[in-house]
Amino acid sequence: MNVMASPFNIAVTGMNSRPDNPGPGMAVARCLREARGFDGRIIGLGYEALDPGLHLPRYSDAGYLLPYPSSGDDAFLERVQLIHEREGIDALIPCLDAELPSVTRLADQLDSMGIATFLPSSDQLALRNKDRLEELADHAGIACPETKSVTHEEFFYNSGREGWHYPFVVKGIFYDAEVVKTPEQGAAAFARISAQWGLPVLVQRFLKGEEVNLTAVGDGRGRLLGAVMMRKLALTDKGKAWAGVTITDDTFLAASAALVAATRWKGPLEVEVMREPDGTYQLIEINPRFPAWVYLTVGSGRNLLEVLLKLMSNQEPEDPGPAPAGLIYIRYAEDMVIPLAEYESVVMNGWRLQ
Amino acid sequence: MIDAVIEEQSLLPDAKTLERLAISESGFVFDPVSGHSFTLNETGLEILRTLQKNRHLGALLEQLSVEYDVDRSTLDRDLLEFLGSLRDQLLRP
Repeated sequence: MNVMASPFNIAVTGMNSRPDNPGPGMAVARCLREARGFDGRIIGLGYEALDPGLHLPRYSDAGYLLPYPSSGDDAFLERVQLIHEREGIDALIPCLDAELPSVTRLADQLDSMGIATFLPSSDQLALRNKDRLEELADHAGIACPETKSVTHEEFFYNSGREGWHYPFVVKGIFYDAEVVKTPEQGAAAFARISAQWGLPVLVQRFLKGEEVNLTAVGDGRGRLLGAVMMRKLALTDKGKAWAGVTITDDTFLAASAALVAATRWKGPLEVEVMREPDGTYQLIEINPRFPAWVYLTVGSGRNLLEVLLKLMSNQEPEDPGPAPAGLIYIRYAEDMVIPLAEYESVVMNGWRLQ
Repeated sequence: MIDAVIEEQSLLPDAKTLERLAISESGFVFDPVSGHSFTLNETGLEILRTLQKNRHLGALLEQLSVEYDVDRSTLDRDLLEFLGSLRDQLLRP
């Protein structure tokens, strides 16, 4: 299959754009629109009728609702089958963490339907479980913050006895994190996070450094391609980047390359590390998808969607090397206007009016 | 003397860090590894450029004392203050 040949239809998920925590889908679609050699259609997939990427022709030629991942693999596959019959999907790019386990499990079935993916294996995905952070950090050759599983709120009142002094971070097993400074805050975070994400809840040492991120594509054979590194310059209330600047950090790049080489990571990824004032690097996590700031890769001359499309086409993309430092991106929000009938179509049918 | 004190306190940025800094005529300074930027006035810019070429405090003090009409103790104090703030900029978060 040659995904660079046109016409070619690519489905992209995560087409929401909530300013405080945007999904990567619209940025991925924007990169696709600007990818050299790609002249196909983009099928935007989302979970809410108000996801803007479902309605915006600039980024999607069609828009469809998906069932939430919690609905299970069968519901997801059934929906994709319907969209495939209507649109003829050639490739699927999942952009949300919660979708990855399901899409990875279904990769063979999708392939038999003629829908290509380029994703990490289930084993590779399992490596990013929060309780395997140390193993992942070993692959990268850097440290990681000490983490402990907690199942009772009493821990937060007696943590000092176990060597855990405030502040530290309380994390959900799958998602969510909160810095707590007192036993009361700790117990409250434990109650909130365990109610939403279940047990155990994780506590992690608080790091004083600053976070830097890298995005790239792993070719599945150990190569890290098109790395772009970034430090956040401005954050939303949820701690997501609102502005950032490219950096060239050889230590971080080498750690990420080592991680990809050791795991033979396949597909897009985002590596998050904390750089401490003494120069120590602590691995925070890796995300098995492009980040919402992926358009910075276009701005720095390394459109990662071009790299991904070539890999999907069994071509050998050249590694353009790390991006230059000093390119700044600034996110912004803008309004769009759609007729009621279009909104009605998405609510009632699950797809945008054609 | 001040240079001995400063050396001892490691207030000077290391040579590798100084070398990589992108310094603009306007006084805008960018560190491509950390991603931090900050601004300097004309004097600060001159000091940083001098340090980039020659990381030697004695020579810097000599140069500044010739260029500026200021007594040595004031110069020492101001330079210490500047180097402290430069270090903070380069080592933050």
